[in-house]
Amino acid sequence: MTSCVRVELPAHLRLLAGVGQEIVVSLTGPVTQRTVLDALEADHPMLKGTIRDRTSKLRRPFIRFFACEEDLSHLSPDDTLPVAVIDGQEPLLVVGAIAGG
Amino acid sequence: MGKVRLLVGTRKGAFILTSDGTRKDWTVSGPHFAGWEIYHLKGSPVDPDRLYASQSSGWFGQVVQRSNDGGLTWEAVSNNFVYEGVAGTHQWYDGTPHPWEFKRVWHLEPSLTCPDTLYAGAEDAALFRSVDAGASWTELAGLRTHGTGPAWQPGAGGMCLHTILLDPLNPQRIFIAISAAGAFRTDDGGQSWKPINRGLHSLYIPDPAAEVGHCVHHMALHPSRPETLYMQKHWDVMRSDDAGDSWREISGNLPTDFGFVVDVHAHEPETLYVVPIKSDSEHFPLDGQLRVYRSVSGGDEWEPLTKGLPQSNCYVNVLRDAMAVDTLDDCGIYFGTTGGQLYASADSGDNWQAIVRDLPAVLSVEVQTLP
Repeated sequence: MTSCVRVELPAHLRLLAGVGQEIVVSLTGPVTQRTVLDALEADHPMLKGTIRDRTSKLRRPFIRFFACEEDLSHLSPDDTLPVAVIDGQEPLLVVGAIAGG
Repeated sequence: MGKVRLLVGTRKGAFILTSDGTRKDWTVSGPHFAGWEIYHLKGSPVDPDRLYASQSSGWFGQVVQRSNDGGLTWEAVSNNFVYEGVAGTHQWYDGTPHPWEFKRVWHLEPSLTCPDTLYAGAEDAALFRSVDAGASWTELAGLRTHGTGPAWQPGAGGMCLHTILLDPLNPQRIFIAISAAGAFRTDDGGQSWKPINRGLHSLYIPDPAAEVGHCVHHMALHPSRPETLYMQKHWDVMRSDDAGDSWREISGNLPTDFGFVVDVHAHEPETLYVVPIKSDSEHFPLDGQLRVYRSVSGGDEWEPLTKGLPQSNCYVNVLRDAMAVDTLDDCGIYFGTTGGQLYASADSGDNWQAIVRDLPAVLSVEVQTLP
């Protein structure tokens, strides 16, 4: 089954990838943070290393993931994302932590 | 007459400024990569329209950009900087072992002979090389794995490899500098390295004459005489005439010998420039007067250059990579400040003008002299 997941990127990464506020990634199989980011990086290779470490695949410290008004940042990257994200009703929000100027 | 192109890295993007050989009127392009920190950008000496830029962010990490058209368009290339083997540890600020961690690229140095080859100086200190225009990077690990590596310690700005000087007369020789490990040289193309810090004296380290541990801020050389190196250390302006094997102080009559930049006139190997800064706790010019100091005798004797520079209430800093010289007949000197001013002199420093005044804090300045 193919899922079309909506992803919102912070402004710096939209500028880097040359995309709008919201982009859609298509993937088959489980819909998790890991599989969504794998698909996102496959479509936009310049994002590799900017959201998660290139080698460990761990979330960068000042990056957070939100969806459906919940902070998903500390969930396992292999946990299934909320149904509303899988269904395309809600976006997965990639957020740069608010700090500094 | 030729023209010049300035490549300016700032805290919030890159700017490219162009002018004809008179260097009076400037066109400003930017910000490129708006909002990102651009530690450095530099063009290839053999293909001036080939530019490379180090783009980074505390949030989003490191990106390297390449342009093939003089900065009109850019393409992200590889940001995969991986230390060779087991990274090991260096000393942390408190003296304890700390794992080597890649944070950012401070300086990009394109090859003197090949537009697809360039070097990247990283924090935590390491030297990387790409031979495919940034598509991939390989560490020259002989530097980091030098026997002194576990004793290296970061300076206040991090343990950064910030200076890369390629010897134009000897392609196997490269000089680098690390804060706060010191200066190093390879004579075999980067396979092996030796510390070149003999003669440096730093009162604030346990052994003032140690082999490593000196906070070198920047180095410069003249391409016709690469055996002669000039250095702005944390304190002290230094000179070596034997490729770094020994150093002597040339601070002479400078009002303070703390500072960050040092550069050499394009046509006069004994003419050099520094910007004295009050102290390591007060990173601004003495007495609120922004003065470039020039020596035409290879050091020791210095004269202040002030015409066109603010001589009151000026409290900016000039960072280590923020000065450059062009190679037009009447040598142009350029520097940027943490206050966002970019100053230029079209007459070797005698007279200055601010060509832009309100950029974000300037991190680096490079200049290309174009046909």
